[in-house]
Amino acid sequence: MTTEALALIVFLPLLAAAGAVVLPTAWLGLSIRVGLMPLPLLLLIPTLEVLENGAYRIALAGHSAPLGIAWQLDPLSLLMLWLNVGMTLLISLHANCSFRPGQPHAHRFWPLWLLLFAGMNALLLSADLFNIYVTLELVTLTAIGLIALEGKPPALRAAMRYLLLALLASLLYLLGVGLIYGQTGVLDLYLLAERLAPGWLSVTAIALMIVGLLIKAAIFPLHAWLPAAHGNAPGPVSAILSAMVVKVSIYLIWRLWFWGVPEWDLDRAALLLGVLGGMAIVYGSLAALVQQRLKLIIAYSTVAQLGYLLLLFPLASTLAFQAASYHLLSHGMAKAAMFLAAANILRSLGTDRLRHLAGIDQRLPLDVFALALGGVSIMGLPPSGGFLAKWLFLEAAWSARAWSWLILIALGGLLAAAYLFRVLAVVCLHPRRRGNHRHLKRTPDTASLAAMLLAVGAIIAGFTSAPILDLVEAGLPPGLPR
Amino acid sequence: MMDQLMFWTPLLTVIVSALTGIVIFVAGERHALLRIILNLAAAIAKLLLVVMIGLLVRNGFTPEFRVSLVPGLDLVLRADALSMLFASLSAVLWLVTTVYAIAYLERSPNRARFFGFFSLCVAATMGISMAGNLLTFFIFYELLTLTTWPLVVHNGTATAIRAGGTYLRYTLSGGALFLVGLVWLYGISGPQAFVAGGTLADHAVDARLSLQIIFVLLTIGMGVKAALFPLHGWLPKAMVAPAPVSALLHAVAVVKAGAFGLIRLVEDVYGADLVADLGLDLPLLLIAAFTILYGSVQALRQVDLKKRLAFSTVSQVSYIILGIAIGGPVATVGGIVHLVHQGLMKIILFFCAGIFANLLGVKRIDQLDGIGRRMPWTSTSFTVGALGMIGLPPVAGFVSKWYLGAGAVEAGRTWVVAILVTSSVLNAAYFLPVLKRIWLHPPPDQWPHEARVSRLETGSLVGSAIVAAVLSLGVGLLAGHPLSPLNWVDSIVAGYFP
Repeated sequence: MTTEALALIVFLPLLAAAGAVVLPTAWLGLSIRVGLMPLPLLLLIPTLEVLENGAYRIALAGHSAPLGIAWQLDPLSLLMLWLNVGMTLLISLHANCSFRPGQPHAHRFWPLWLLLFAGMNALLLSADLFNIYVTLELVTLTAIGLIALEGKPPALRAAMRYLLLALLASLLYLLGVGLIYGQTGVLDLYLLAERLAPGWLSVTAIALMIVGLLIKAAIFPLHAWLPAAHGNAPGPVSAILSAMVVKVSIYLIWRLWFWGVPEWDLDRAALLLGVLGGMAIVYGSLAALVQQRLKLIIAYSTVAQLGYLLLLFPLASTLAFQAASYHLLSHGMAKAAMFLAAANILRSLGTDRLRHLAGIDQRLPLDVFALALGGVSIMGLPPSGGFLAKWLFLEAAWSARAWSWLILIALGGLLAAAYLFRVLAVVCLHPRRRGNHRHLKRTPDTASLAAMLLAVGAIIAGFTSAPILDLVEAGLPPGLPR
Repeated sequence: MMDQLMFWTPLLTVIVSALTGIVIFVAGERHALLRIILNLAAAIAKLLLVVMIGLLVRNGFTPEFRVSLVPGLDLVLRADALSMLFASLSAVLWLVTTVYAIAYLERSPNRARFFGFFSLCVAATMGISMAGNLLTFFIFYELLTLTTWPLVVHNGTATAIRAGGTYLRYTLSGGALFLVGLVWLYGISGPQAFVAGGTLADHAVDARLSLQIIFVLLTIGMGVKAALFPLHGWLPKAMVAPAPVSALLHAVAVVKAGAFGLIRLVEDVYGADLVADLGLDLPLLLIAAFTILYGSVQALRQVDLKKRLAFSTVSQVSYIILGIAIGGPVATVGGIVHLVHQGLMKIILFFCAGIFANLLGVKRIDQLDGIGRRMPWTSTSFTVGALGMIGLPPVAGFVSKWYLGAGAVEAGRTWVVAILVTSSVLNAAYFLPVLKRIWLHPPPDQWPHEARVSRLETGSLVGSAIVAAVLSLGVGLLAGHPLSPLNWVDSIVAGYFP
């Protein structure tokens, strides 16, 4: 039962994507529904299974490890799956307004969108390195397709740059996989711990894979592609890319690090990753502070926020793991909300340049609210999921007596406040001329509602953390200190 | 049934205002009448609720709401005697200010946004007063920053936006230090429930230095809002906000949240004995004393009425901190009771300043000549507030100053009396010339900008000021009455010094 449900979680969107291509336009709506709606229900079945019996493993196509293709669902991947499904569904609500079947780009958007969804689900389930490579490629390529979808020149340039860097990243990753396979003869992520002995070849392999993933995760100084790509993509695409897609790469580094090679002595490398994270936080925030376009500010904010996910490596404790996971979750919701709100603003103003935003809170109250609520969570101010994540991070840093990380985390919140309040201050400024926004296009209510739902979700995450944190704790890698 | 009541009522005080705010947002700009009714109904309901909880507390109950945020980390709202003091002050003044604000902002744009955040801000203040541990306090403290910012920038001018930026730089930086201190303290001794006499005495030996540093961090965090020197810079700038905002927020909510937090920190987290043991009481006392004098001197130099009042706030709020820093039962009573007294008196002054500015366009002190003849009621109220600030009996301010002085002598810090006397002289120096202009100078031929307003509007504005004046006369005259703030504070302080 669980196996079938998991298979459907991947193949239903895949099938729907095919349907969206093949079937006539009139059937597009149906394909979308089939590919998205049943997923939460389907996911309930494996959820119950994992909550009851712990990690769940499937050997596909009859082969068992070390040869076959394996899927594994443990509490952490379950959490990620729920995030992906929940977020995709909510963002689809928004996408359904901008890419309503019958509108210009709809027939190209939805197949890619569903393919991305299927790829993400498969990626999160995959337990072997080559399978991860394939799904990661699928995700990256569909993401690039989605960015370039509307064919605007800046988006095309951004997509091209993303494509080149992503290809390089894939190559590095694949090289690492090859080296590992050559040494151990297995590809299963969860068998590496016992098979892969430290040595210069295996270290090189792991390093190559991590660098490849860092490029895909846009970690400073490998971030150059992200702001342009996320800042110029259509709204729903920016939202899912920032909320989920980039983070999956970091999630994979976590997997490699804590599950793949838990026995290695990696203190120096951990420190290096932590420093990269810290630099990402500072650089991303400062860059966000000088941008003139709302979507670029939000995109640079992603560069900054991703840095926190790397702090897990030097802190390496249960608390830090909970903090990073919770950050991933609340940042996802908040960032998606902000991108959707920004998309609505862009759509009705025709521009998202900051100086044109003065006084829009009167015209687009819901979107501004969503933007502000998401911002509160990003700043890590209570009450919000972002605050709890920040609290857990600070607690983890304190427990490790890691004062420099502690200061960095506190400072990061202030920097985020600086660049986000810069936006809100412009919004609260009275327009110099009355009737500045006479030519506003109305945004559909559902589009604003989707943004608002995600933003409220980020706030509510500040109150109900126990089930999620318990889930993370149940899925911790072995041998992690408190 | 009783258990349920005990559990939910503290939360309800927060929810009432928060919900009002949200409904106002949703209703939007159009439904003015609905908004007025809702505002007043919520303010009255809040007052009744606070009275009810006050009765419960008086009869020995402690209503408590508790929900877990992270395992081991609880959001606790608990009504004890000190929280009821602050909660009832806010509830009473909120009602008065709501009436005032409705009249004041008549016909101005963006009222839905204003009143929405106004209500949310009161919800945050309620949360601060009911907070049962330091984390809960922090959450509502930051929420207060977030909800007051839109009020500070409400006018939407470039000056207002800049003032809002300054406000955020101060408060958010303070909040970040607060959070670091909080996490540190949490690491040392777990969640910080507010208990009279403090809970940290056990750690005084092994974590002495940590406790000292944490105290400094938390004091900075709270001192920003309490406008302690040198963290006061935002307050005078924030005076660009509309008068009701200055009145409620800067006489009651924001600055008082800081002062209230310091009371909690000294009395209920560390305990006065431990603060003295760690050698932290004298620095706090010195800073408070300096702020008192500095604020007064600065007030003297201002020509803008609201600015002068703002610096007067800087000075007066430090009386509260002075009281708890002196230590000893009498001075502590003086400090805590000043929380109420200063709030009542300062709100009159801001109300009056708002009326002068709104109805006659009078903003500078030299424009006040002869305004007493034009607006006798407002001017009388202003006089009551000003005399109270100077410390003239029987207005409330006298009671606080008396207790502070007596407490300083009792604690063997006689030099504080000199500070109090100097400060009173300075208060007189910056308020008496204003009163002289109001009553003795001849009025000008024409007022700067006379507004035409309805009787109802004028009535609500002036009525609010008069009510506040009557209240501050009342608490001074009836200080001996069993239900007066003074007696309420007496019973709180009895818990600190058994």
